Amino acid sequence: MDTCIQKIREIAFQLLDKKEVEKVIGFSNGTIPMATSPITIASKQDTEKLVFNSTCGLNLANYIRQQKGKIAVIAKGCDSRNIVTHIIENQVKRDQIYIIGVPCKGMINKSKIKALFEDDILKFTEDGDTLIVESSSKKEKLNKKEYLRDNCRLCQHRNPVIYDVLAGEPVEEQVLDVPYPDVEKIAALDADARWLHFQELTKNCIRCYACRNACPLCYCPTCFVDESGPQWVGKGQDKTDVNTFHFLRAFHCAGRCTDCGACAEACPMDINVRDFTRKLNKDAFDMFGWEAGLDQTKRPPLDAYSPDDPNDFIK
Amino acid sequence: MGNLLEHMGIERDRIHFSWISSAEATKFVDVVKEISKKVRALGPNKKLVKDYN
Repeated sequence: MDTCIQKIREIAFQLLDKKEVEKVIGFSNGTIPMATSPITIASKQDTEKLVFNSTCGLNLANYIRQQKGKIAVIAKGCDSRNIVTHIIENQVKRDQIYIIGVPCKGMINKSKIKALFEDDILKFTEDGDTLIVESSSKKEKLNKKEYLRDNCRLCQHRNPVIYDVLAGEPVEEQVLDVPYPDVEKIAALDADARWLHFQELTKNCIRCYACRNACPLCYCPTCFVDESGPQWVGKGQDKTDVNTFHFLRAFHCAGRCTDCGACAEACPMDINVRDFTRKLNKDAFDMFGWEAGLDQTKRPPLDAYSPDDPNDFIK
Repeated sequence: MGNLLEHMGIERDRIHFSWISSAEATKFVDVVKEISKKVRALGPNKKLVKDYN
């Protein structure tokens, strides 16, 4: 994946040079090792700032709305599916965006790597599937496959589904016999244990809304948690309010979530908020055979009526 | 929605969906009777309740 950055920079340079796009949205190095942040580049001299590695866990589809002129965006498999969702939901027009697709072998779980070190990580580099992480006390060579994020480990759409150009060779897709082992694990518990699981999961939530802000699906002009008339949910850290927030936010993503993992990536408290959305993804797949963002021509299941829709829940 | 609530550990029988026309008074009565029967069987809800004290 490290070689494709040259290609990305080249494509970005050409696009800006020929003025085919106004801006390129990509990743740049963050202020600390093992961190990248989104960047918008408008001049061709700045294309050197673009980076792409296994720490680019955020979803750039979040930044393509309400842009003027044509923009280019770098998209992993999941990001590209969110772009499709944006097109379906009329948030962008297909001809307004130039998609630089990046076949992706997964992003890394930074918390898992940080946990190996007692002191701060000073340097992070990667060589193919090997991650080289250094702190002042030790240097570790890690196999990337063992440090993938949970959503990347279970990803079945690594290649972009929509793109104008690919910045690398397509990678082999994973085929999983059990695509939702995490959901099934929770479902196997009894009701009280499930409740306890979600209580434990959200107990450290500080209501910073980083999960919502990182999510490309959460683009409502006023989020329900911010509304005051009516106030749908309390604003403090009362556990019922916290749970209501997570439950409803997940439900708003039903049939739209691509499990890009940006929510969990952004969470400062390391809460795997995907435990909520994954259940809905599984339901969408089981009940409607639906996976979000694969086809521009199909309406999402909660947006369309079909006589075949399961309706035994209604009396 | 019921599925996600159930997944979170809230009993499935606490949430009910129905489509009743304003002309279907008897259906309304039947549905409400069934709902109250099922909810009564579950007892008071202790989950997702806000404590104001």
